[in-house]
Amino acid sequence: MFADYTMAELTSIFAMQGFAGLILFSVFVLMALGLAIIFGQMGVINMAHGEFMILGAYVTYLTSNVFSSYLPESLYGSYFFIAMILAFFVTGALGALVEWSVIRHLYKRPLDTLLATWGLSLIMQQLYRSIFGAREVGVTLPDWLMGSYAITDLIEVPINGIFVMILTIIITVAVALMMQKSRLGKQTRAVVQNRPMAAAVGINTEKVDRLTFALGCGIAGIAGSAFTMVGSTGPTAGQLYIVDTFLVVVFGGASSLIGTVASAFTISQAQSTMEFFLSGSMAKVLTLLTVVIILMLRPEGLFSLKMRR
Amino acid sequence: MFELSDYGVAYGQSDVIRDLNLSVGKNEIVAILGRNGMGKTTLMKSLIGMIPSKAGTVTLNGKDLSDLKSHERVSAGVGFVPQGRMIFSTMTVSENIETGLTSTGEKKIPTDLYSLFPVLDEMKHRRGGNLSGGQQQQLAIARALASNPSVLLLDEPTEGIQPSIIKEMARTLKQIRTQRNVTIIVSEQVLSFALDMADRILVIEKGKIVLDVPVEEADQQTITKYLSV
Repeated sequence: MFADYTMAELTSIFAMQGFAGLILFSVFVLMALGLAIIFGQMGVINMAHGEFMILGAYVTYLTSNVFSSYLPESLYGSYFFIAMILAFFVTGALGALVEWSVIRHLYKRPLDTLLATWGLSLIMQQLYRSIFGAREVGVTLPDWLMGSYAITDLIEVPINGIFVMILTIIITVAVALMMQKSRLGKQTRAVVQNRPMAAAVGINTEKVDRLTFALGCGIAGIAGSAFTMVGSTGPTAGQLYIVDTFLVVVFGGASSLIGTVASAFTISQAQSTMEFFLSGSMAKVLTLLTVVIILMLRPEGLFSLKMRR
Repeated sequence: MFELSDYGVAYGQSDVIRDLNLSVGKNEIVAILGRNGMGKTTLMKSLIGMIPSKAGTVTLNGKDLSDLKSHERVSAGVGFVPQGRMIFSTMTVSENIETGLTSTGEKKIPTDLYSLFPVLDEMKHRRGGNLSGGQQQQLAIARALASNPSVLLLDEPTEGIQPSIIKEMARTLKQIRTQRNVTIIVSEQVLSFALDMADRILVIEKGKIVLDVPVEEADQQTITKYLSV
């Protein structure tokens, strides 16, 4: 399959597909971060995570509309930052509400949370369809995010892609620091390890649960913001990503942040490179097969801590 | 100061603790002895709120704790060192102690905690899971003390710990009592440890207190009879 291309063409194909993979990687990482935090913290598999991401995308879309119709054009360039912050807080608030009204009654019943969040995802999809219509919507990128940066004659990288990646790095580092250093992070890790014991040393586990769930959803909202730059937003767009994101979380080892990043990288790169040469579904089959085989050899995922229990 | 009245705990229909009445004074060290399955751990877990109580009340300095959740009990002044230590094994020693600071709102670990357990200061940055059993026990005690409790509950602290360290632990617990004015309630199976550290010995059998004597009057043989299988 490589025979039809010259060496120079192959290099640039790999470079550009690799870069496209990096954008996919960014969305995966942001989605998986939230999912892994929620799953690791309370064992809840949030099937509605993709819809939380799309909520962030719609918030971004609305913000961009408000900016273009009510505010002077000179401000349009900065809409994305406002949208991101709004997306974080709106999805986070919805997450807290969902945790308070539904999830907290279903702890210790993993199957029921699975069903409840899946139902929630259907409700949210229908809401999007009723409010925003079934058509996909897109945002107009501000000028400074348009265009691409030519590295060589054949290799060009889009500026919005670079931006999304930098954003992902900043958020990942911030989340990592928060989990390692902040008080909430330490409390979260204590609750993850041993919930009744964490309560018995004075941690309000219910509050920690609510905050973590909100944080996980909030990060999904930011993922949604980033998503508007690389794809168009529709009611069911979130579903396309949720399976891959689960794959990333399980493959990386649910308790490890580095694992999540590494597995997101592997999976997104493998997919995007193979997609160019094979068909999209064939690429997916190969990725899934590889992941299944690796998980059979290392059931706890790529990265896990070894110590006395 | 710490009182149980008509206290009862049950798993479903089966009563484990029934009509327990106990009053522990300030700065007192009480050892609760009993064979396996007599309800010691159940009593301890229910006192910290991990298991709900069925009947009666628990009060600390006149405050009723019966309806409080675990973390509220900790804020009210109860510290808990569970059986099997249950430290957070993937977190470092200092992070483990910091989790205990949650209810006090402090940020820094008080230095006198480390002076009680110098080993922990040396191993601050190690993961809790990589400590030896005795060190983990010290860590669990330090974590409980970080919340500044007025009553400290220890559930079988000598389990799986070598004899020389058990002696040292008795000394440390007495030191904690005098330094920090803490009431200590410890459940035990090792009689020598209990006689070594406690002011008062209780024997619990089938969820009831069958013996309650000051340590000076405790007769080894009678108690051994209760403890032997």
